Amino acid sequence: MPKYTFSVNGKPVSVDVPADMPLLWVLRDKLGVKGPKFGCGIGVCRACTSHLDGGEIQPCVTPVAQAAGKQVTTIEGLADGDKLHPVQEAWLEQDVAQCGYCQPGQIMAAVALLRRTPSPTDADIDKIENVCRCGTYFRIRQAIKNAAQKM
Amino acid sequence: MATPTTRRGFLTFLVAAPTLTVATNLTADALPSLPAPAEITDLGDLLILAGTPTANMLVLEVTPDGEVRFQLPRAEVGQGITTAVAMLVAEEMDVPVSDVRVSLSDARAELLFNQLTGGSNTIRSVYGPVRRTAAAARARLVAAAAQQWKAQSATLSTRDGSVVAPDGRTATFGDLTAAAAKLTSTITAQPKSEEQHRVVGTSQPRVDARAMVTGQMRYTLDLDVPGAMPTVVRRPPTINGSVRTVDDSAAKAMPGVIAIAVVPTGVAVMAETFGQAIAAKDALEVTWNRGTVDELSDADIKAKLRAATLPFVVPPLLTQHIDGEFDFAFVSHAPLETNSAIADVRADRAEIWAGLKSPIVAKQTIAAALGLPQDSVTVHVTQGGGSFGRRLFFDAALEAAQISKAMRRPVKLMWTRVDDMRHGRARSASHHKIRATYALGQVLTFEHRVASVETDFRHGLGEILTATAAHLPVGGNLSFAQTVFLTTVKVPYHFGVVTQLLNEVPLRMHTGSWRSVYSANTRGAEEIMVDELAARLGKDPVAFRRETLKTDRQRAVLDKVAAAGEWGRTMPQGFAQGVGFHDEYKSCTACLVEMDARDPKNPRVIKAVIAVDVGRPINPLGVRAQMLGGLTDAISTTLRAGLHIEKGLPLEGSYSQFHYARQKDSPPQVEIHVMPANGEPGGAGELGVPAAVGAIANAYARATGIKPRSFPITFPVDFDPFPR
Ligand code: FES
Ligand code: FES
Repeated sequence: MPKYTFSVNGKPVSVDVPADMPLLWVLRDKLGVKGPKFGCGIGVCRACTSHLDGGEIQPCVTPVAQAAGKQVTTIEGLADGDKLHPVQEAWLEQDVAQCGYCQPGQIMAAVALLRRTPSPTDADIDKIENVCRCGTYFRIRQAIKNAAQKM
Repeated sequence: MATPTTRRGFLTFLVAAPTLTVATNLTADALPSLPAPAEITDLGDLLILAGTPTANMLVLEVTPDGEVRFQLPRAEVGQGITTAVAMLVAEEMDVPVSDVRVSLSDARAELLFNQLTGGSNTIRSVYGPVRRTAAAARARLVAAAAQQWKAQSATLSTRDGSVVAPDGRTATFGDLTAAAAKLTSTITAQPKSEEQHRVVGTSQPRVDARAMVTGQMRYTLDLDVPGAMPTVVRRPPTINGSVRTVDDSAAKAMPGVIAIAVVPTGVAVMAETFGQAIAAKDALEVTWNRGTVDELSDADIKAKLRAATLPFVVPPLLTQHIDGEFDFAFVSHAPLETNSAIADVRADRAEIWAGLKSPIVAKQTIAAALGLPQDSVTVHVTQGGGSFGRRLFFDAALEAAQISKAMRRPVKLMWTRVDDMRHGRARSASHHKIRATYALGQVLTFEHRVASVETDFRHGLGEILTATAAHLPVGGNLSFAQTVFLTTVKVPYHFGVVTQLLNEVPLRMHTGSWRSVYSANTRGAEEIMVDELAARLGKDPVAFRRETLKTDRQRAVLDKVAAAGEWGRTMPQGFAQGVGFHDEYKSCTACLVEMDARDPKNPRVIKAVIAVDVGRPINPLGVRAQMLGGLTDAISTTLRAGLHIEKGLPLEGSYSQFHYARQKDSPPQVEIHVMPANGEPGGAGELGVPAAVGAIANAYARATGIKPRSFPITFPVDFDPFPR
């Protein structure tokens, strides 16, 4: 089996897995990185949303081969030690989470949006397609706006 | 166990432990009688009554480092009960909320009916018992300090996790816990009066929020149970089909595959990773036996429901009347965490981990299925990634146990999203006929006939209602479902003679209570008729509700949204406001929305104003979260989210097909007003849906001139279904 080397949250890793294995299962089942969640496996719920070299990806539809030599960041790698990312801070201030299951993906999507669009409009925020089955969308929207102001 | 202490029949036992551990036990009080008249007895009252004999069997421990640990016999699935309970404990014990750890109890069979999470009932049922237990623990810590300082307990106070003497001496709870554990004297304790509350009633962020935003929160599939490997199940092409033949030669040879086994629900495949298990499952060659509803499609279901709708009593001949008929589609619970469980079944014992709202029934059923004594089955309740009623059922836990037994290995079972939508539970489709008669500006009669596909309550609720049968507020030989219906749904208006009747059509599908059980559809449809009645009578929808609502408390929430939402303001063409009201489980709420329906096929709620009276909000921030969730559920199910049933299976298999709301469907402006405390806590978990359903449908009608009759309003099959 081919060997792939990349970094996860700043730490180098290498795995012996088939080239087409979705990165989500490499992270969760091989590397024990449990922050990215499974919700659909086909790139539509976006619960698994993480970053590859800083850009948003859905690891459930990203073959591991694509990560080779790159930097993968999951929700666990967003904070700087105990110091939370401003988006995480904003999430706490708005008390966004209910069951919390979608929130790693929501936060990673919000961080990616704010990187692309530092002062997003409501229409920009509407483009985030992550499902929150608990229906926390309004608090997510508020948190993104607050985070934008802080950053 | 050491000496019991008594306070009006409330017994506190010290558990033999090195630190203070208070277990409260069977109350000796007479069972409370139900409130009269019977019509105000709701399902929640019955759940409380059934749970009363064991309501106080709670366990609280104070650790040497001052942490207060409380075991809650309920399921946390996002509704915020661990936070609210931490607040109740913190309030009684004078400790910071952050020093309280609330964990979810394993299944405790001795709790009988007191470990079911449903009916918006957690806070209603634990509000008294949790406070009494915490008050008992605090009293013991104070007594321990009094003994050390040779002081009178009455002169001591507690603050911030310490006992404080008038002379300024302090001792932390952590330092006192060992001494408190050794006290044998009788100690009496009273919970604080509500005027003394400093924490309860204030907004408190979730106690687990930081874990959630850092990815540290552990759900079932995130647990590392030694040896439990990823497992999925190949499922039949129709609901309740079963395996006839399997050819696993290709699947077996695939990378990572560990084991394959046939179980009653399909063919289980275990592999090194879930990705490999899913790929191997898809490579299985399986032939199937028929399911239970193979020929059934939506049109047949609709016809059956229409035929089953009971007739009205009042003929339409002599008075002016208005009729309405409504259809609601099946709706998936679709919690974002799919059905999942871990099971480790050995020859003589089994251990299960899952998000379970009825863990005792789960434990009993799993023990029976495995042929093990109940005591040999340990069931751990993990925090769930959403439920909305779904996790009342323990099908994943049972299935994982069966797979583990067949494979002789620990199993980490995950349902795929397709499994979850097609073979999971759903809110039953229903048909509604409503007739109101009126004369001289008054409603004379209001009749509602509901026909619904049978809702499955086989998760312990039947036993609870049987146990409380003597107290049921409904007479005659009503079915179990009719009892649930009549104890949850009521018309809040003075509408003369009111009758609401449910008739169920038994179809062997996987149904289940979906946030607010019958109320979302039943009350939602009624709220539409209320608007249509108001129009007939030439009255404004808010004014008409105002004059027919029964209580001032109800009128207050309506007035609140009318004022805050500027009811009646002029809106451009294609836009409109809509209003709805609902009263349930001793709480009430009004919802006012504004909708942009310039494109009637693609309406959007652009603003929502909600007022809610839950009697006594423990955590207003949490109450608002529940109402926000209810609003989003109402937007989804009213406008776009439902399941099409075709030839014995839902067509929808993922969120690209089942259109639960996304950010773009959710209003950019939401205001939620929580009314001040005015009584005992009511229910909040399910309350938010029905009023919002009514408000959204009414706004749609006003914006488009189209009377909404079939839900979701926009419901095409706009996708290619996944293969069966
Ligand atoms: S699990 Fe990756 S998008 Fe749904
Ligand atoms: S918080 Fe539960 S799915 Fe978003």
